[in-house]
Amino acid sequence: MEAKKIIICDTEKCAGCEICEYVCSIFKEKTINWSKSRIRHIRIEPTFDIAIACRKCESPVCIKACPRDAVIGQEDGSINIDKDKCNGCGWCIEACKFGALKLDWDKRRVFACDFCTDLDQPKCVEFCPYDALEFTTLDQVGLESGKKAFKRVIEELE
Amino acid sequence: MKGYTGKYLRVNLGNGEIKSEILGEDVARSFLGGYGLVAHTLYNEVPDGADPLSPQNVLCLWTGPVAGTPVPVSSKYIMGARSPATGFIGFGISSGGIGSELKAAGWDGLILTGRSEKPAYVFIQNGQVEIRDASHLWGKTTWQTEELIREELCDDEIRVSSIGPAGELTTCLANITNDRNRQVGRSGMGAIMGSKNLKAIAIRGTGNVEVAHLDELMEYCRDLYQRCRGPATEKYRVLGTSANVLVHNRLGCLPVNNFQKGTFDQAEAVSGETMLATMVKKIVACPSCPIACDHINEVKDGPWKGTVASVDYESLELLGPNCGVADLNAITKAVELCDTLGIDTISAGATVSWAMEAYETGLLTKEDCDGLDLRFGNAEAMVEAVRRMCLREGNLGALIADGAARAAEKLGQDSYKFAMVNKKLEWGAYSLRSLQTATLGFATSVRGACYLRSGSYQVDIKGKVDRYHLDKTRGKVVSDGENLYAIIDSMIICKFTRGIYKTNDEIAKVIRLVTGWDMDAEEMIRTGERIHNMAKLFNLRFGASRKDDYPPPRAFEEKMYDEVSDGAIINRAEYDEALSGYYQARRWNEEGIPTKTFLEELGLDPGLGV
Repeated sequence: MEAKKIIICDTEKCAGCEICEYVCSIFKEKTINWSKSRIRHIRIEPTFDIAIACRKCESPVCIKACPRDAVIGQEDGSINIDKDKCNGCGWCIEACKFGALKLDWDKRRVFACDFCTDLDQPKCVEFCPYDALEFTTLDQVGLESGKKAFKRVIEELE
Repeated sequence: MKGYTGKYLRVNLGNGEIKSEILGEDVARSFLGGYGLVAHTLYNEVPDGADPLSPQNVLCLWTGPVAGTPVPVSSKYIMGARSPATGFIGFGISSGGIGSELKAAGWDGLILTGRSEKPAYVFIQNGQVEIRDASHLWGKTTWQTEELIREELCDDEIRVSSIGPAGELTTCLANITNDRNRQVGRSGMGAIMGSKNLKAIAIRGTGNVEVAHLDELMEYCRDLYQRCRGPATEKYRVLGTSANVLVHNRLGCLPVNNFQKGTFDQAEAVSGETMLATMVKKIVACPSCPIACDHINEVKDGPWKGTVASVDYESLELLGPNCGVADLNAITKAVELCDTLGIDTISAGATVSWAMEAYETGLLTKEDCDGLDLRFGNAEAMVEAVRRMCLREGNLGALIADGAARAAEKLGQDSYKFAMVNKKLEWGAYSLRSLQTATLGFATSVRGACYLRSGSYQVDIKGKVDRYHLDKTRGKVVSDGENLYAIIDSMIICKFTRGIYKTNDEIAKVIRLVTGWDMDAEEMIRTGERIHNMAKLFNLRFGASRKDDYPPPRAFEEKMYDEVSDGAIINRAEYDEALSGYYQARRWNEEGIPTKTFLEELGLDPGLGV
């Protein structure tokens, strides 16, 4: 199986501009409404910023938490919300430890990131002005971290 | 109408009445938003002779058409009222998320009248608006107020604009803080909130923001975001505005010791470069901003260890070199005090430096300063003086809390000669005598000494003119700058993005895509001219005349002494000629009054014209 790609946020690069939220709502909802963005920026004052979307967990608690089987796991690891079954009870929102699910207050149902499946990469990643967002696999993230650490050691030795 | 919600709120804090009113398309197109709507509202609604701190004064908050859209750095708002500092038009523009949130809540603006009997705050959640009790928030800092309101209303995404204790004490320097580090800084708008017993405005909006051509706007924004990551904004992204410290020091225009000199022998210690290397914990952005200029400092050791505050050039310069202070820890602490207790850092720095000069010349004694050794360069004394002025504490606090001009009125003995003000508002961090086009722009500014009304310092700094002399042609430089900046401040976009637009039409294109109007660059600049004249008419209504458009006496009476700008002084005859040149460029008479014909051409009330 192909390795799962998720949206990774480099918290050192993320400046908290929320352009990911604008872009998401514009491309997914065809309107400007950051409360309907599938990716969520969080700032913890004074200086910590992150943008979080679905993590494609190995054992998704959101699926287990739904009493109406409305949260359906997809082949790529993402989830899909069955519009007819979801009644907006929000147990999946409560269960997700990343805050990746949100409630649409107009439609009274839950929505989550689908990683812009039909595109090469999600729109938020494409537009992030700080290159803080990356669409990649956890293996690749680990490898990059290892490389960075090793480079530092080499530089110090030199 | 796209780009606007077409509605604004009118809240009477006196009787609790809350009304929704219509923003007509004709007014929107004539005044655009932001600064334009502040000038329009105040001109039409503040009664003649209304004391700034009385319930008769009108406090308004406006967004512009781009607020809430993905246009780079567009989430801004403005607050305006008759200024308690100047007596003329008062306003301040802040970033953060208030502007976008209010638009998403369904409102273009908010007009506040009257005075609440008890401390109150206004909470706007989409269509629901209420005036809530703020007794438990009175006395709290701005940062505490933000947190307490979010806690109380159980929503961390609520945006809050609030005043600190200084605003409650209605000091002329009081500002309004939102999103922790952003301020409606100048001309005392925090005092107006305090005078109305209004502690805060809290906003939560979850609606759609509508623009005329969303797909095209997004494509344009993709291009603009890239430009925001290019050379036009590099200064702001890397060193931040504090890059100016060494640049201005080299040019001999870095105000030092209350504007006496233009170079600082310890400039390296307080440079943007040193700050980035030793103090900056993170550089953060406002919503919709692809630049990120906000340098958040952390004090790592000493008596103020653990202090975290956002420091920019103006704050750093006026609380630093202009007070002879070369200690970034002390500067960061003073900024934190200003932001949390609620006064403007620019006015704070220029007022403490006035007190320091009065102390050094013997006009103020140690006893007058409650034991504080207020000599230039004493970092701890600077921090303590700032704290006392925020809280009006002791003799010194009471003397300087309302700014340098009023302090000089109280102290007397020619101390007004070194109060660095215009229209009683303190000068920004640009030297008067070695940046003379800047000085013309500062002194003719409608809200008092201000670098943000025309950007007239740029021709001086870039070497496009002889900055040690003035002539008639500088008037047009200032008035052209004012017309364009009036548009930037009415849309409202961040001035740091001005360099990404290659032509005025590229700015007009933003307006076209957002509103759907066919506004070209010519109509846009004409609109800027109308807005500026509207603001001027407000000032005329409150007695403004030619004498209000002069820099402080130091500009004409004392020569600078430093290695770069030694001997620099402004020649009064040259200034007079440049000022007349400015009035001519503006099509005003020699007293600075527009003609009736000209006002009619602009579609403004000709009543006050000549």
